[in-house]
Amino acid sequence: MIRTEYRYEMQKKDRLLVVRLFGEIDHHSAAGLRAELDGLLLKERPVRLVLDLSHIEFMDSAGLGLLLGRLRLMRELGGVMVLKSPNPRVLKILTLAGMERFMEIDGLKGAEK
Amino acid sequence: MKTRIKGEINRMELRLPAISVNEGIARAAVAGFCAQLAPDATELSDIKCAVSEAVTNCIVHAYAGRPGVCYITVVLLEGRVVRISVRDNGCGIADVRRAREPLFTTGDTDERSGMGFTVMENFMDRLTVRSRLGKGTLVLMSKEIGRSRQGE
Repeated sequence: MIRTEYRYEMQKKDRLLVVRLFGEIDHHSAAGLRAELDGLLLKERPVRLVLDLSHIEFMDSAGLGLLLGRLRLMRELGGVMVLKSPNPRVLKILTLAGMERFMEIDGLKGAEK
Repeated sequence: MKTRIKGEINRMELRLPAISVNEGIARAAVAGFCAQLAPDATELSDIKCAVSEAVTNCIVHAYAGRPGVCYITVVLLEGRVVRISVRDNGCGIADVRRAREPLFTTGDTDERSGMGFTVMENFMDRLTVRSRLGKGTLVLMSKEIGRSRQGE
């Protein structure tokens, strides 16, 4: 059986949008996820986007591209993007790429201790 | 069957069509095989990430949508070392040194980060890339399991 490509849940309060992602982010899943997220962002136009990564079990560099692309769109929309609760393995690739220089990563200080 | 290499204790050989759904299948298969060496969660994740990058390069760059085969060989060696090769018969890389530079990518239509080789290099102990234009690319990487825990 071919695995589920991706899944997400969203919560909206005023112009805060929280999107909780599930599963694995790789080149295969990123294309569909990119289209879904962009549709959501252009419809909701949040001021603050929180991407909850706590249920992402795996991410490779295709995930970095996905996150940077959504950051670019949020900036175009005049908003900010925050990453929430990546597990230590996901955090490792985020920090390897220096993503903390471009966006807030909630849980980064705790994970570094 | 290939000749056994020195110190070899087990081997897995995979041939997968170069289609994106096989990125997850390849890394899951390699991780399952490497579980014999009892890696911790970080080591296993490092290996999965490196394999995913190599297989994705094969699909996205080497064959670029054309039909092709990705050949993956995993050899477990004495000393808790895993050696992984990912090979294709695709277009090859014109400048390997440049391709290995962080943030290098041949295009951004897929929002590629250009971090594939950097991930492989940082998450594994050794990385060698051999490529010939029009012939294909061989990515060879190895990792000693338990190395990061030595001295604890």
